[in-house]
Amino acid sequence: MSTATVDDHHDEHPGFFKRWITTTNHKDIGTLYLLFSLLMFFVGGAMAMVIRAELYIPGLQWVEPGFFNSMTTMHALIMIFGAVMPAFTGLANWLIPMMVGGCDMALPRLNNWSFWILPFAFTMLLSTLFMPGGAPAGGWTMYPPLVLQTGNAFPFVIFSIHLMGISSIMGSINVVATILNMRAPGMTLLKMPLFVWTWLITAYLLIATMPVLAGAVTMLLTDKYFATSFFSAAGGGDPVMFQHIFWFFGHPEVYILILPAFGIVSHIIPTFARKPLFGYSSMVYATASIAFLSFIVWAHHMFTVGMPLVGELFFMFSTMLIAVPTGVKVFNWIATMWRGSMTFETPMLFAVGFVIMFTLGGFSGLMLAIAPADFQYHDTYFVVAHFHYVLVPGAVFAIMAAGYFWLPKWTGHMYNETLGKWHFWLSTIFVNLTFFPMHFVGLAGMPRRIPDYSLQFTEFNTMASIGSFGFGLSQLLFAFIVFQTIRGGKKATDQVWEGAEGLEWTLPSPPPAHTFDVPPVIK
Amino acid sequence: MKKLISRTVQLSAVVLVALLLTTQFAAAEYGLNMPKGVTQISNEVYRLHMLIFWICVAIAVVVYGAMFWSMMFHRKSRGFKAATFHHSTLVEIVWTVIPFIILIAMAIPAAKTLIAMESTGSSDMTVKITGYQWKWRYEYLDGDAKGVSFFSSLSTPLEQINGDADRNQNPNYLLEVDNALVLPTGKKIRFLLTSSDVIHAWWIPDFAVKKDAVPGFINEMWTVIDTPGVYRGQCAELCGKDHGFMPIVVIAKDEPEYTAWLSQQSDAAIQQAKIELE
Repeated sequence: MSTATVDDHHDEHPGFFKRWITTTNHKDIGTLYLLFSLLMFFVGGAMAMVIRAELYIPGLQWVEPGFFNSMTTMHALIMIFGAVMPAFTGLANWLIPMMVGGCDMALPRLNNWSFWILPFAFTMLLSTLFMPGGAPAGGWTMYPPLVLQTGNAFPFVIFSIHLMGISSIMGSINVVATILNMRAPGMTLLKMPLFVWTWLITAYLLIATMPVLAGAVTMLLTDKYFATSFFSAAGGGDPVMFQHIFWFFGHPEVYILILPAFGIVSHIIPTFARKPLFGYSSMVYATASIAFLSFIVWAHHMFTVGMPLVGELFFMFSTMLIAVPTGVKVFNWIATMWRGSMTFETPMLFAVGFVIMFTLGGFSGLMLAIAPADFQYHDTYFVVAHFHYVLVPGAVFAIMAAGYFWLPKWTGHMYNETLGKWHFWLSTIFVNLTFFPMHFVGLAGMPRRIPDYSLQFTEFNTMASIGSFGFGLSQLLFAFIVFQTIRGGKKATDQVWEGAEGLEWTLPSPPPAHTFDVPPVIK
Repeated sequence: MKKLISRTVQLSAVVLVALLLTTQFAAAEYGLNMPKGVTQISNEVYRLHMLIFWICVAIAVVVYGAMFWSMMFHRKSRGFKAATFHHSTLVEIVWTVIPFIILIAMAIPAAKTLIAMESTGSSDMTVKITGYQWKWRYEYLDGDAKGVSFFSSLSTPLEQINGDADRNQNPNYLLEVDNALVLPTGKKIRFLLTSSDVIHAWWIPDFAVKKDAVPGFINEMWTVIDTPGVYRGQCAELCGKDHGFMPIVVIAKDEPEYTAWLSQQSDAAIQQAKIELE
């Protein structure tokens, strides 16, 4: 296949190197981010398969306990920093300029750099698998003193986290600069599409918290190599202080992983309900409230570390409070569906699946907020079930919904609807088969991050493992559908979906390389 | 053809969900829920857990009910015409205030239980627990038991773990230790918790007691065990390679049996002390 055909709709014809390596075009960089994210999704997924294979039955069958811990650690780091975050940044690159009527991202060279850091960061992170002492095995939360027992991999892990942080911060600065400066005349802040709003808030969260993570891991580095004792009681430090700093980053990070998903769903549901989004401004305010609250709830991840009672009460109450704006969002989505004229194409299926299963994760989140009960839930599979519900049928489903929703716009081709529906139903069945039983084993007392378990947990673990293999295989179908759509398919119209509204749908499908050179005027 | 495929998908979805549900009920004996436990606190925690659970179920019925109703009837394929409403301040206020009230109703009993859980004062005896990679050490600090101290490590044979021996005959696979912690029933026991290396967490689900063992710091927790018996738990904070292999076993004995156990230990402890002196 010649590459020239790919560029038919562009007004210039750069070679492969110039097109993809030195590109400053937001659409191409968006594509790079999304493909990179898909690749990391499979790498991180393969690690999850190792975990689930080992947990299929009791006993040690496939891997050593140390390697098992490396798998849980790397799976989390890769899925969070390599799959979900770059996917959102890719979507931001593609969509934000088109949605606000700008010609490109505000800082195109920075944009290129933000992306091209990532392959190096993750190559370095993955290379730790082959280092003496193995890949990091102290959990993605990197709690000292355990993480300081990492072998040669340690400085490489820290440096790759620094690189990911730099990439995220630059990406976020770009998003903020684009949204605040590149909007078409007439597009006031409260006329911006919700995906733009949620990303604006997410970008601020990233700029605020990534440096905190960088600081925390740098302190780990100096503790290990330069005889400081930030986190060692023997030298006057405190291991629990790391946890406070980490979760001050980590909790806003949770919302970094979900706010853009809220934005995506707020586009898809109105489109397929053929009815405007219910409560636009309350959606914006709810997003902002969630972002604010995300900074004052961090210690609910550490109810069992031995905090003073007043601290525990404060973090319990503030955490429960998050249920209010989150509830408002869910109610608004349902009110948008209510008395609409709905059809259920694949993006809508994923969006509805998102609302249902994210809400399920929200319920278990509310349960976890109750500190006395959290003493029982903490560090069990109940927690694993909870955060996988908000991250997989939550964030990941929203990303896939976005893929199906905007792919026809990006490629000019419709995807195969039948296969898309198959992908949705297989994913939904298997994701529930994987994660629902984890609630039960968790409540019955199975701790997380263990390579072997006592016999009473066998049935549910086997079920979860079968579900996860099915879920993993179903995603190959997703990759197939995406590449099939890139290569050809039924021609997409400009509006693509009957109910679609927004500036991106006024552009041709696929859009030329440079769009909105002359900004549109918003009435 | 298309219809047939979507029929098949729908049917297989129904079958799988049904299968999932029945296996869940069939597996009831394997434990689906948090144990009620054997302490007053664990019972209170269980009640809180069930309260918030049923509140979530009630909310779910309303939320999912509205959603499924809408998905069933407000379809284009049924010829339903879309309404145009998109805002209502009153509705927004209502669904902000109602959850807020539910949360306050939830927060009050939760705060009460939390305060009770943290009241470690006026205890009858104190046991110091130290986490090691990968075992526990117990030291009785006061009363008749003063000076009794021992390590407690996994006693499941390695052959069962790596599959050379049949593990299915062992009901306590991975949940058994060489020396269990022995405690009296009906006494308020205070635990002092620390670690010698990395962070561990000491957890017995039946007591609703879980706290991190942090090196260089001492955490406090307490329990009063109502019923004699053997209670099992596991380390609940990732502590390295053998994190999954450092279980906790507590044997709760009533007063006479505990005293009998203690007198044996005291003799042993005195012997041990003599050896150390020599």
